[in-house]
Amino acid sequence: MMRGCSSRSKLSQNQDRAVCMTNCPTLIVTVGLPARGKTYISKKLTRYLNWIGVPTREFNVGQYRREFVKIYKSFEFFRPDNEEGLKIRRKCASAALNDVREYLTEDGGQVAVFDATNTTRERRETILEFAEQNGFKVFFVESVCEDPDVIQENIVQVKLDSPDYTNCNTEEAVEDFMKRIKCYENSYETLDEILDRDLSYIKIMDVGQRYLVNRVLDHIQSRIVYYLMNIHITPRSIYLCRHGESELNVKGRIGGDSGLTIRGKEFAKKLSHFIQEQNISDLKVWTSQMKRTIQTAEALNVPYEQWKVLNEIDAGVCEELMYEEIQRNYPLEFALRDQDKYRYRYPKGESYEDLVQRLEPVIMELERQENVLVICHQAVLRCLLAYFLDKTAEELPYLKCPLHTVLKLTPVAYGCKVESISLNVDAVNTHRERPANVNVQRTAEDALQTVPPHL
Amino acid sequence: MKHRSTSEQHHGKKPRVPAAAAATSTSPQDGMEDKAATNPRELTQNPLKKIWMPYKNGLPEKHICQRKVCMTNCPTLIVTVGLPARGKTYISKKLTRYLNWIGVPTREFNVGQYRREFVKIYKSFEFFRPDNEEGLKIRRKCASAALNDVREYLTEDGGQVAVFDATNTTRERRETILEFAEQNGFKVFFVESVCEDPDVIQENIVQVKLDSPDYTNCNTEEAVEDFMKRIKCYENSYETLDEILDRDLSYIKIMDVGQRYLVNRVLDHIQSRIVYYLMNIHITPRSIYLCRHGESELNVKGRIGGDSGLTIRGKEFAKKLSHFIQEQNISDLKVWTSQMKRTIQTAEALNVPYEQWKVLNEIDAGVCEELMYEEIQRNYPLEFALRDQDKYRYRYPKGESYEDLVQRLEPVIMELERQENVLVICHQAVLRCLLAYFLDKTAEELPYLKCPLHTVLKLTPVAYGCKVESISLNVDAVNTHRERPANVDVSRMSEEALLTVPSHQT
Repeated sequence: MMRGCSSRSKLSQNQDRAVCMTNCPTLIVTVGLPARGKTYISKKLTRYLNWIGVPTREFNVGQYRREFVKIYKSFEFFRPDNEEGLKIRRKCASAALNDVREYLTEDGGQVAVFDATNTTRERRETILEFAEQNGFKVFFVESVCEDPDVIQENIVQVKLDSPDYTNCNTEEAVEDFMKRIKCYENSYETLDEILDRDLSYIKIMDVGQRYLVNRVLDHIQSRIVYYLMNIHITPRSIYLCRHGESELNVKGRIGGDSGLTIRGKEFAKKLSHFIQEQNISDLKVWTSQMKRTIQTAEALNVPYEQWKVLNEIDAGVCEELMYEEIQRNYPLEFALRDQDKYRYRYPKGESYEDLVQRLEPVIMELERQENVLVICHQAVLRCLLAYFLDKTAEELPYLKCPLHTVLKLTPVAYGCKVESISLNVDAVNTHRERPANVNVQRTAEDALQTVPPHL
Repeated sequence: MKHRSTSEQHHGKKPRVPAAAAATSTSPQDGMEDKAATNPRELTQNPLKKIWMPYKNGLPEKHICQRKVCMTNCPTLIVTVGLPARGKTYISKKLTRYLNWIGVPTREFNVGQYRREFVKIYKSFEFFRPDNEEGLKIRRKCASAALNDVREYLTEDGGQVAVFDATNTTRERRETILEFAEQNGFKVFFVESVCEDPDVIQENIVQVKLDSPDYTNCNTEEAVEDFMKRIKCYENSYETLDEILDRDLSYIKIMDVGQRYLVNRVLDHIQSRIVYYLMNIHITPRSIYLCRHGESELNVKGRIGGDSGLTIRGKEFAKKLSHFIQEQNISDLKVWTSQMKRTIQTAEALNVPYEQWKVLNEIDAGVCEELMYEEIQRNYPLEFALRDQDKYRYRYPKGESYEDLVQRLEPVIMELERQENVLVICHQAVLRCLLAYFLDKTAEELPYLKCPLHTVLKLTPVAYGCKVESISLNVDAVNTHRERPANVDVSRMSEEALLTVPSHQT
């Protein structure tokens, strides 16, 4: 789980600027009929908040229900006159809220996403009381949609594979689910401009065509609103790759601003073929402002945009050094980096944690866009990939992102499908694993155990 | 840089970015059958901005496309909607200021101003009566004249966004504007402000209407009475943006000064940024205090950048800053610093909680970090001259430019807009960028704004802008302000280059 605030207590004087500058934890509460994208939004929002450093967890009441009622029989469970069902559902909601309390007050959580239909004012009132007792701020996220095509597609994408319907064929599942939706419709009380004017909420209408935003109270709510207003569900693919092999790569040197080797240029040509074969409509191409990514893009013969924020991590005093030289000149720094590669900041340079902050506008724009190819760098690619594949701060700096390999990401169901496509051009390996010994007193050999071979 | 056009008088500042840079991207010739067989173009690094760009025959090719905010293909026309005294002009001016600061050439066109130039003397609200044919004719003419200037700005003068500030309260008027925009290939985004709180409206009238040229010869009561009748003239024909009737338009409806928003069909990046900005601003009175760290060890040595600590005088300033802040008796003051030692040391003296922002760090001078100007001249005379030629866009080798700084500081500005009372302890270049945002300074002025050490700038929003008080805390400090020298030519002599270097220890 990524930690947003520094390890010092929140009450300490000199806080690092972390995103979560609210004084109290936030409880996000979804609202909406089944198949309106509540879980999709919950999971995506949770992933985004964790990535930018706000400890967030989602609590899906349906999952609590599945653990309680081992086998799902039919929509009858959800009938409004099913007393037994209602009792169980209330218990599940309570259990989930209990876990929310534990997460936000004892486990260091900053935001909890309470994912359920919450379609009655009564249920929402219960949650508001719970939040008030515990000192949590509440922000509602309602999804309203009456487009039958969207609902149908939703059911196909995520409901048919639900544990509830493992023993049904498609028609049976769809029919049952439609009846399930009907169970909620009569008692559905949408967030009302007058009755709920004192609540903080965003109402998303027709998959983002229209939004109603009421009483945004603080920074984190403002960021959540901005994020929700930028995401979409139009199918598309995101292609991520590094620049072609560079002169400094083969020398085993980090950073710098060198050009491509012969093999790097070969990769750029093959990338061009690959892109053409993919036959992507309206592809946007982004590079950093470093020579090696631009050279790679030039081979594609298409317009591209340069982003300074896509530049490789700044290694400060270690720029253009080999790992062997870093060990010789800065053995302490080298050890500290191995101890906590995510938070470690190079002297006069950056950390992965800094990189994530720097890359947030890229992620936001990637969410807005459709088909995009991003030609960037190893550390940058690790950060972007961690966002799409929901990797933790511990995993992120060790994600394998070899040269001359394209990663194709396609949103599917609640996550991202990733295909790794090697373009079959040899390149040096630049991936250094965490060595076994990260102690500051280790020997040079221990420190350099995992350095990949180079010229 | 672009020259000011003759229609400048009505409108805002000239664009920060020449149109060519924003609009074009690198794109090799079309019609190449086997794209892969073509040799990739050679790259050269632009000496000023350190941007890698393709070149041919020793000359750079078409201006490269760097990531700019306004990546839309066509210009945007923002159209305000709302009764008088609903904050339309406040929003127009603020939005224009913000967009220009982040690098999107924007200008506002206030139809009321066109009317004041046409009808030299304002008599009374009768001019605005819906049955006043003469008045209607003039008002239609003014709207047309303004739209004409909009067209010129967006198609010929390098403008990217135009803000058409008028009531635009009827669907008919808005239809006319939509047709105009369609003919010219402009995207339209409506910003409607709806408010029925009489206190807010009253305060609005007091703040900005009483001082209007329309009411120079009236006393307060007369002005208020007339203005209220003026509002009444619009009320009957007011057609607010409707969820059903206007469902195909792109707009944001701001209700009750930002308590609630309705956002419909945001089409692109710039509209998304505009919505985010509008949703973060507020009108609660407050003050923003900006200052630099206390005098640092490298300051007195005449060296730039680095991460040194405070001198004795710098520490003295920090103490006095603490007294000053206490005397100001500010409720709920937030204190922000950078992550450099000198700002943190300064904040420590205040004995209050503070937040460190890495993005508030001083401009990265790259290879010139910790050098004296004399050393920069000796070792990098070309760089030194290029910087004097275009200090805003010049990027230090392996460092940053002021232009980069602005992009980096945008989240700070956004959070400053959200917050109320804040003290920001930062650095010279950073302070210049923040100040330029609040005081609407151009890219040319920004890098030369005077921000001396040991001086606190107190900014208070008033009417359509910002009042700024400069408070020296009376602790001596070295001067770190280097004016643009007369000779910026690369062939200039050392003495000419170093003419304006402020004095320091050797």
